[in-house]
Amino acid sequence: MAIIEVTNFRKVYGSTVAADDVTFSVEEGEIFGILGPNGAGKSTTVEAIAGLRKPDGGKIVVLGRDPGDPSLRKEVGVQLQESELPEKMTVREALELFSTFYPKPADWRQLAAELGIDAKLNARFGKLSGGQKQRLSIALALIGDPEIAILDELTTGLDPSARRDTWDLIESVRNRGVTVLLVTHFMEEAERLCDRIAVIDRGRVVALDTPQGLIAQVSTEQRIRFRPSEPLDDALLTGLAEVREVRHHGPTVEVIGVGDVLQAVTSVLAVNNIIAAELRVEQANLDDAFVQLTDRKLAANGSDN
Amino acid sequence: MNVFVKMVSSELKLSLREPLLLFFSFAFPTILIVILGSIPSFREPSEEYGGLRTIDLYVPIALALIQAMLGLQSTPQVLATYREKGILRRLATTPAHPMALLGAQLVMSLLTAVASAALVLIVGRFAFDVPFPRYFLLFTLCFMLSAAAVFSVGIFLAAVVPSGKAAAGIGGLLFFPLMFFAGLWVPRQNLPDVLNRIGDFTPLGAGQRAIQEAAAGTWPAAIAVAVLVGYVVVFGLAAAKLFRWE
Repeated sequence: MAIIEVTNFRKVYGSTVAADDVTFSVEEGEIFGILGPNGAGKSTTVEAIAGLRKPDGGKIVVLGRDPGDPSLRKEVGVQLQESELPEKMTVREALELFSTFYPKPADWRQLAAELGIDAKLNARFGKLSGGQKQRLSIALALIGDPEIAILDELTTGLDPSARRDTWDLIESVRNRGVTVLLVTHFMEEAERLCDRIAVIDRGRVVALDTPQGLIAQVSTEQRIRFRPSEPLDDALLTGLAEVREVRHHGPTVEVIGVGDVLQAVTSVLAVNNIIAAELRVEQANLDDAFVQLTDRKLAANGSDN
Repeated sequence: MNVFVKMVSSELKLSLREPLLLFFSFAFPTILIVILGSIPSFREPSEEYGGLRTIDLYVPIALALIQAMLGLQSTPQVLATYREKGILRRLATTPAHPMALLGAQLVMSLLTAVASAALVLIVGRFAFDVPFPRYFLLFTLCFMLSAAAVFSVGIFLAAVVPSGKAAAGIGGLLFFPLMFFAGLWVPRQNLPDVLNRIGDFTPLGAGQRAIQEAAAGTWPAAIAVAVLVGYVVVFGLAAAKLFRWE
């Protein structure tokens, strides 16, 4: 069952089209990612889902209701980009205050412990580091024990280890049955956490698939790099059906190919008694998929003009 | 605990952590009375004030000062900062409406104003023999109406400025001319008539007139009451219409 349905969502600010035509739906219990370059319309879209903005066109339905329905406020937890708390409010006071807003709040002490801010309960908001503020903000999004958690730029400002801890936390939140809508620009985060991803560019969804599906969509290409033990005649490799291109970077050879190119290249090297040192195989990842998906869109737009 | 009560107590706690604001809104008006009251000639009845002493005039002026400090300085700054930092927007995503936070901030300011005014009246009465206001209920109503007018201007200011800093700056600029008409530098009794007629149309001038008249045991002039109600209605409605949550 779709828990969030966004159909042809459009939002315009003056002459700027923030969201042009966004359509996707989020299923119950999944972690759904929204990925896109800066200014693509990601935040505008999730803010409309959170009921903060009224669509100029199209329709959004959350848990069967209009996003503006006040009854949704206790079922949807939101972590906003760039929202702060009063400088002199302590972590404990913020957690306690936000707890009183909800009919059945989660245990804030446990939440604080899970997010690693339990040692900072008496610290004032203004004295927290960027990462600590971020973790408090996530705690406040989860404090109402929501059905849906909307997290905008979840791990921005966190150091790598805090980022990994946060990923674990999000997975545990999902395991409790919470549907998570995640806006991110970290590919690793999207690849690791998301069940499905919508790539938004210039206000439109340009791709919607699982992370693996997105990668497969854009590229089957592989890159092999190695340092041959003796000079290598390119013709040995370019003659192979799987190889598309051979490049040299100093002593390193780079072979770009498709299919079972690794097998083909290593066989040729073995036959010629060449040893491949520092052999590395690079497969396309979500990064490449993202760049290709959003670039293709740019190119298409360019040719329209 | 009830959400609103919790918000008011949270705002109260936060305000206690602002020593400068607390000093100017709570301690300073009373300190002013103590300083003026320590000058012997200000405790002598004066012909030009119709037999009143200077200190008698400055007690109601100190009450206006409380309203100006809270209504024009601290409240607009706090509210504009709450918007600027996305705190109101954040609240809009919870079951608590951001309006509740504005309400809590106002209730907190009003409580501070009442406590500060009580301190001024008590110190005035027991240290310098300034009588308590006659018609206490009427006096309290005039004080509250005057506070409402000043706060309406302050909330309007918070609604139209882009940032907390801008609110503090413009609030500071408004403070001096408006306190002038309340008589902070020269009491109304000593101001030329034409300035008082102008002052009658300012929130603190009209408020001061109503407070003084009620304290002296007469009905406040209809014009003063009408002007105050006008400020509440016009600026209150404009603020409600223009206030942006983000």
